[in-house]
Amino acid sequence: MFSELFDQYQWEAVKQSIYGKTAGDVERALSRSQRDLEDFKALISPAAAPYLEEMAQLSHRLTLKRFGKVIQLYVPLYLSNECQNICTYCGFSYDNKIRRRTLNAGELLTEVEAIKKMGYEHVLLVSGEANQTVGLEYFTKALDIIGPHFAQVSMEVQPLDEAEYSLLMEHGLHTVLVYQETYDRQDYKLHHPKGKKSNFGYRLETPDRLGKAGIHRIGLGVLIGLEDWRTDSWFTALHLRYLERNYWKTKYSLSFPRLRPFSGGLQPKVVQSDRELIQLICAYRLLDEELELSLSTRESPVFRDHAVRLGITAMSAGSRTNPGGYAVDTQSLEQFEIDDDRPPAVIAEMIRGQGYEAVWKDWI
Amino acid sequence: MLTIADKTFGSRLFTGTGKFGSLRMMEEALLASGSELVTVALRRVEVRGDNGTERPGGAGNGRAEAGETGAGLLDHLRHPHLHLLPNTSGVRDAREAIFAAELAREALGTNWIKLEVHPDPRWLLPDPVETLAAAEELVKRGFVVLPYIHADPVLCKRLEEVGVAAVMPLGSPIGSNKGLRTADFLEIIIAQSNVPVVVDAGIGAPSDAAWAMEMGADAVLVNTAIAASGDPVRMARAFKLAVESGRMAFEARLPLAGAGATSPAVASSPLTTFLD
Repeated sequence: MFSELFDQYQWEAVKQSIYGKTAGDVERALSRSQRDLEDFKALISPAAAPYLEEMAQLSHRLTLKRFGKVIQLYVPLYLSNECQNICTYCGFSYDNKIRRRTLNAGELLTEVEAIKKMGYEHVLLVSGEANQTVGLEYFTKALDIIGPHFAQVSMEVQPLDEAEYSLLMEHGLHTVLVYQETYDRQDYKLHHPKGKKSNFGYRLETPDRLGKAGIHRIGLGVLIGLEDWRTDSWFTALHLRYLERNYWKTKYSLSFPRLRPFSGGLQPKVVQSDRELIQLICAYRLLDEELELSLSTRESPVFRDHAVRLGITAMSAGSRTNPGGYAVDTQSLEQFEIDDDRPPAVIAEMIRGQGYEAVWKDWI
Repeated sequence: MLTIADKTFGSRLFTGTGKFGSLRMMEEALLASGSELVTVALRRVEVRGDNGTERPGGAGNGRAEAGETGAGLLDHLRHPHLHLLPNTSGVRDAREAIFAAELAREALGTNWIKLEVHPDPRWLLPDPVETLAAAEELVKRGFVVLPYIHADPVLCKRLEEVGVAAVMPLGSPIGSNKGLRTADFLEIIIAQSNVPVVVDAGIGAPSDAAWAMEMGADAVLVNTAIAASGDPVRMARAFKLAVESGRMAFEARLPLAGAGATSPAVASSPLTTFLD
């Protein structure tokens, strides 16, 4: 299990090591054909900032070599905003006084219809954590209702047990996204004071359970803004490398959600600039040619337009982060505000305009 | 230090006993190599049934020796630092391999086994299907299994899953001295393996051994290139140094050139100026 490896590293020591990297370390990392986690430290370090254009060119070439000129499009479908967790950064947090809603079978189909009209063949099902109402039984039903309409169904819900994942896979589940939020155990406690999510270790070992269940793809990431993003990203890379070695039949994807404002929200402790996010995206690509890198509508139109050529392989577009947001109840409260609100057709046109193909189902 | 199963090795050069001009020469060369693990064909150690016939195998063997008796061979391998790694060379399928391994355990008092299954007597190429089947059974029977295989990354993971102690992918056909013709696949194997990777077969020169070590292999196994050289003792020493130097370079994080290496010049259309 990853926790055994994880426990061998100290947050502060890793952080110091990253901040101690020099221009020489960065140049060495750039010159290698196979890069290791020490190289990754150099590439995400402040010392790599002057090498950004070089990293971008390299990331562009490696991505082209592996993926070709394609960007895969997907869209989230929020099933429910019920949640028993308190998370300081989330609009659905238990202590946030909002109207709670869980979509029923008919409502799911209404949302599915609206999403299909936009052209999507790949949908990401999202929920809070409310095991009584939005538990395993609800998920299997939702998959049975939604699955037949899509080529690919992904999920981003509470961590589950291995057997539960196996069952959901029988109902058509293809991908699970589970973000650690932060790998700093102390900080994690501060941001998740209550609810099942406060169990750091159970969340940390979720990708192991997914790997053992034989899931097709696992999505990893941290919430950028909670802690030092460089250190958190290095632990993400450590996790990724561990998983790739142990669950080698599974594909991996990464996301880089930056903390966005929401109703009653938390201010980021650490602000990552656009320049730094590009550095991080390129560093991941230089570490791992095969990795799928995903960018959500949290980011601005200008940023997303340019990211197409920088190493990104998947994007959401036209996203609504509230249950029923596409058709059933378009006014309900969102999990977070999106920045790029252009409709999917416009995003697809933007992608084509750069000489890339927009892919509506995941065949990459 | 390299650890495989219950043993720790100071030397990352593994050796063999075939093709030497004499047992004395072999012994001297093995000592000069600093090697702590030497593979011995079970066929070569006299293990005979009651009726006096040789047990498994029979086909010609790239690692076969020049006719000394088995007892004599073992006498020349009795050094405290030298561990024996019996191999199943000569067997053609899983059934024969398991039988040979059991004999080796009995005869040599070690549960370590280098699993070699090559049904083809000409190129001595390993059979992946039989090797995987034999490995699974031998692990269940308590053997420390080191399978000799093609540089096939998927096979390596499958073997890892059934519990082998290391994998031994080949660099090129055994005895060919052609070097690391499988380099691209060895890189993948090394990148994703959770067990030690020992590059076996085809290493023709110390530079090949150094390259394998620079790449991150945990050890190499060299036999023909030492035994069939003009001066096996000197050549053994050359391999010792090459393996040490290659390992040191790997640990010092050698910049490797290759397809993914840095761009020669910044392309005409910059990608990051939108950030300015």
